[in-house]
Amino acid sequence: MMEIFSHLIDGFGIAFQPFNLGMMVLGCLLGLFIGAMPGLGSVNGVAILLPITFFVPPTAAIIFLAAIYYGSMYGGAISSIMLGIPGASTAVATTFDGRPMALQGKADFALVAAAVASFVGGTISIILFTLFAPPLADFALRFGPQETFALMVLAFATFVGLGGDDIPKTIFMILLGLVLSTVGLDTISGRPRLIFFDLQGFYKGISFIVLAIGIYGIGEMLWTLETSRGKVEIISHRFTWQRLKAALGEVKTAWKTMSFSSLLGYFVGVLPAAGATPAALMAYGLTKSFSDTPEKFGKGEISGVAAPEAANNAASTGSMLPMMTLGIPGSPTTAILLGGMVIWGLTPGPLLFLQQSEFVWGLTASLYAANFVTLILNLALIPLFVWVLRMPFMILAPLIFVLCFVGSYAPDTRMFDPWLVLLFGFVGYVMRKLDYPLAPLVLAIVLGPLAEDSFRQTMIADLGDWTVFFTRPLSGIIMAFAVLLFAAPLLKGVRRRKAAADKT
Amino acid sequence: MRRAELIFAALLALFSIYLMYMSQLPPLQIGWVPRKGPGSGALPFWLSLGMLICAIWIFLRGWRGVTPQGRSTEPFMDSYTVWMVAVTVSSIFMMLLATYYVGAYVAMFLFMLFYVGVFGKIPWPTTIAVSLAVPIAIFFLFESGMKILLPKGATEPLFIPLYKMFVY
Repeated sequence: MMEIFSHLIDGFGIAFQPFNLGMMVLGCLLGLFIGAMPGLGSVNGVAILLPITFFVPPTAAIIFLAAIYYGSMYGGAISSIMLGIPGASTAVATTFDGRPMALQGKADFALVAAAVASFVGGTISIILFTLFAPPLADFALRFGPQETFALMVLAFATFVGLGGDDIPKTIFMILLGLVLSTVGLDTISGRPRLIFFDLQGFYKGISFIVLAIGIYGIGEMLWTLETSRGKVEIISHRFTWQRLKAALGEVKTAWKTMSFSSLLGYFVGVLPAAGATPAALMAYGLTKSFSDTPEKFGKGEISGVAAPEAANNAASTGSMLPMMTLGIPGSPTTAILLGGMVIWGLTPGPLLFLQQSEFVWGLTASLYAANFVTLILNLALIPLFVWVLRMPFMILAPLIFVLCFVGSYAPDTRMFDPWLVLLFGFVGYVMRKLDYPLAPLVLAIVLGPLAEDSFRQTMIADLGDWTVFFTRPLSGIIMAFAVLLFAAPLLKGVRRRKAAADKT
Repeated sequence: MRRAELIFAALLALFSIYLMYMSQLPPLQIGWVPRKGPGSGALPFWLSLGMLICAIWIFLRGWRGVTPQGRSTEPFMDSYTVWMVAVTVSSIFMMLLATYYVGAYVAMFLFMLFYVGVFGKIPWPTTIAVSLAVPIAIFFLFESGMKILLPKGATEPLFIPLYKMFVY
């Protein structure tokens, strides 16, 4: 315990270096702005802004992106409450009671509740992260390529078993992501693979950034343009410091809700397929069912705002735990962060704690600080964000398109990538309309190279004996969980059909 | 929506077959290579086969009306959506194409001018201000700040004095 504490103190020294601190404050501000804009969430912000970080040291880069991640979790509530449109899917549950509160003239109370709950969720989850991460990383040091591959299978299995999306579409997207990750030169034989139409650009492979910017930048904007029809309506409200202080008093009554939702959010966030959106929805549902006055929910109940906001912030930190310790991202945003770490020259996983402790503890300490900074910025700048929300969507959308173009061009300075972004954006939009889940695709293209390497290493070492994944104790346990998760929806379907047959 | 679900699943099945074909083209091998493990084409080939099976599964579920899209009688896109998607995608396409000739900055200025002013119907003073501000901000962020040079096309000579002032 003392060792963790001493690492954390060192981490604060790193996080408070002027450049890192500046990146953190900038990230928090940008995150708040990104989260507040309808249609934009942490994953869009991180995907579009990731290329910028290739030109700063890795620690500053991860602090910047983590702050965006954090800030956007806070910011999502602003548009949910003021516009009635969730800033991102993670803030959907916040609209249930946040919007009615705003319509009753209590927008400031809802915004303060969201900010304070986010702070509580963030703080509790960072403490849990600090306590759990080092022992988990220590344990994961025993993993060989068999266990690494088994973990990847488990990550994909959680999407099938717990994702709640259409099963064949989920599996299709995982496989598509894995196949797209094999495009380019094979790292083992050096042979080119899947060079479509002999285009030279494919020799370098398809970067996950290009895919992420395409589907989360262009595709998501097309979707938002369609659903909002280019127009969003903001409610008018006057903000005064006296009202904000009164709101802080009322929020205190929801402390139990916030604590419970934070714990729930953290553990849901750790699961790869779950993440912040289901965490927020579960926290809302459970808070409502445990409440003495469930009939008030949906009509402007402050706990109905506090629960999902505490949970979504806690889940965002929770999803960093498997990313940092096992190299398995817990959400699409952390999948992009993980891909970024590979580009920065780091090896995600347990070795980070040994070889890059400055990076790990600098990030951990920055999360504590970012949480505090975001709370202050959020409360202080509420009127500014509300003013920014008045920006017509027809200005924001082309601005995002231009950023997608420049952001995809920057990493390799080649025009091939912006063209791919446009293609992925359009196809991603069509897929989203047809309910193909996009998160497994991003996760698979990020994990694809790691999965292939670990699989082929095992196959070469064990002379093609694939049963080794099941016979080694650790990988066997992980694979057993994965098989259970894959089988769960099938068993559920069989049981449902049997029940239906029994009824008739 | 139902027709879109079925057509898209069929297209995905064809794409999967194309991927399988690409994965076994020599010198790629899809089987076991002695002392080298699985061939270079093995993973993409077998994964694409999995994609094909899923695409057929998706098609059949859509056909039998198991999925909401398979049962839906609503149109896949209404006339506004078709118009919005067509204008957006083609204007981004034109911006990328124009980059080769007039460079990224002029292309993004023209794109903003069109999208904000013509398509978005935002008042012209605001449109012009935003269309000028975006390329200028990107120049300072990318070229001056991060030393990433964007393509300039025929406008390259115009930037030489700016390079001297802000980039190097």
